[in-house]
Amino acid sequence: MATVEQIQDELNYKVRQAKGIEKTITGGYTGDLLSDVMGNAEEGNVLITIQAHKNSVAVASLLGLPAIILCNGRTASDDMIEAAGEQSIALFETEDSQFTASIKLNSLLSK
Amino acid sequence: MQTIPINTINSPTIILELIYRLKVKDVMTHKLISVTREATLREVQHLMKENSITGVPVVSDRRLIGIVSMDDIIQALDFGYIEEAVEKHMSQNLIVLEEDMPVSFAISYFDRYRYHRFPVLSKEKEIVGMVTTRDISTRLLWEINHEVENLERMIQTTKVTDGLTREVQSFSILKHDFENAGFASTEIKKKLKQSGLFPKTIRKVAIASYELEINIVVHSNGGRITAEYGPDEVIITAEDNGPGIEDVDQAMQTGFSTANEWIRSLGFGAGMGLPNVKSVSDDFSIKSGENGTTVVSRILFSEQEKVHLGTKTTKE
Repeated sequence: MATVEQIQDELNYKVRQAKGIEKTITGGYTGDLLSDVMGNAEEGNVLITIQAHKNSVAVASLLGLPAIILCNGRTASDDMIEAAGEQSIALFETEDSQFTASIKLNSLLSK
Repeated sequence: MQTIPINTINSPTIILELIYRLKVKDVMTHKLISVTREATLREVQHLMKENSITGVPVVSDRRLIGIVSMDDIIQALDFGYIEEAVEKHMSQNLIVLEEDMPVSFAISYFDRYRYHRFPVLSKEKEIVGMVTTRDISTRLLWEINHEVENLERMIQTTKVTDGLTREVQSFSILKHDFENAGFASTEIKKKLKQSGLFPKTIRKVAIASYELEINIVVHSNGGRITAEYGPDEVIITAEDNGPGIEDVDQAMQTGFSTANEWIRSLGFGAGMGLPNVKSVSDDFSIKSGENGTTVVSRILFSEQEKVHLGTKTTKE
């Protein structure tokens, strides 16, 4: 079983909020439309997105997503980091695109 | 008209509590501009001008012995004794407040005596400050603001039980309040997690409540989300204050959205909100007019779930 921590250790994505990093991950969901994520992501999925604001945390929290990866060099706002900390949802940033991040996450999951 | 338009007897409880809780020392000006008895009225006139005040207390050894008002100065100019000492012309008929008196006292004093300011004395009868109607109004406005904020927060989390087994939670949602969007759904989910519902049901309710909450934030003039927890169902009701959905059938189509660019850039307006709600609901209804839209989503518990929750006994 892959854990959130591997996103930091193996993919070298920058951690912005580490609470919840011990959780296991079951898969991923890539999307920038929050309703699409809401309707389709499954519990345990990592959210791969460019939506670097608090509302992504709300969605992740409601669905039980353990982590969010912000792509294309987007940086998390302070209130997003704070909200993620409160909900224990790990937060990562990368220069990779959503496509690349998805492939990398998949390789990590299929190890 | 009252000087401070607050009734000190039968105002709302919250206001009464406020004007009794606040003491004169909480609202008064501590920075005291005063003169001694030897000062001239001309000096007082200059002090008034420099400090934009309309009354100056005359103090001797920290004790109040008189007060010079703007009227006294005008009189002095009229009758030509502006260069004389204040001692001779100050008002000695003094009405004072004490620093530990509640603000309600000060309010009734202003109404009764028609003065614009009162000197404030300590228990030891030393002058410690001045209070004007403006000091009181400013502080009250600040406090009332604070109270209203608290009230709003309380309304959001008011819980009532309808007397049966149903518990109801209601949240007010503000237009374009993206900052708090998701708060109501998160609270509803928390509540369901405690009740031991199956994750599948919690997910359905979370989707329905979140989408409906976001719809109120994005599209309406504000409204309310209500969650009713029954023994075999959860009912989420979203009501808003307009402007209403022009074409409900169109709004129900996946991908149709009226959201603007800015809202889309935040990840909303995918045109999936209402279809998502419908797909997770066992019962779904929508009514819309220009005075508002009401959406009701009912999510039923499975038979196994009811047994698990103990809301239904197994038949042998």
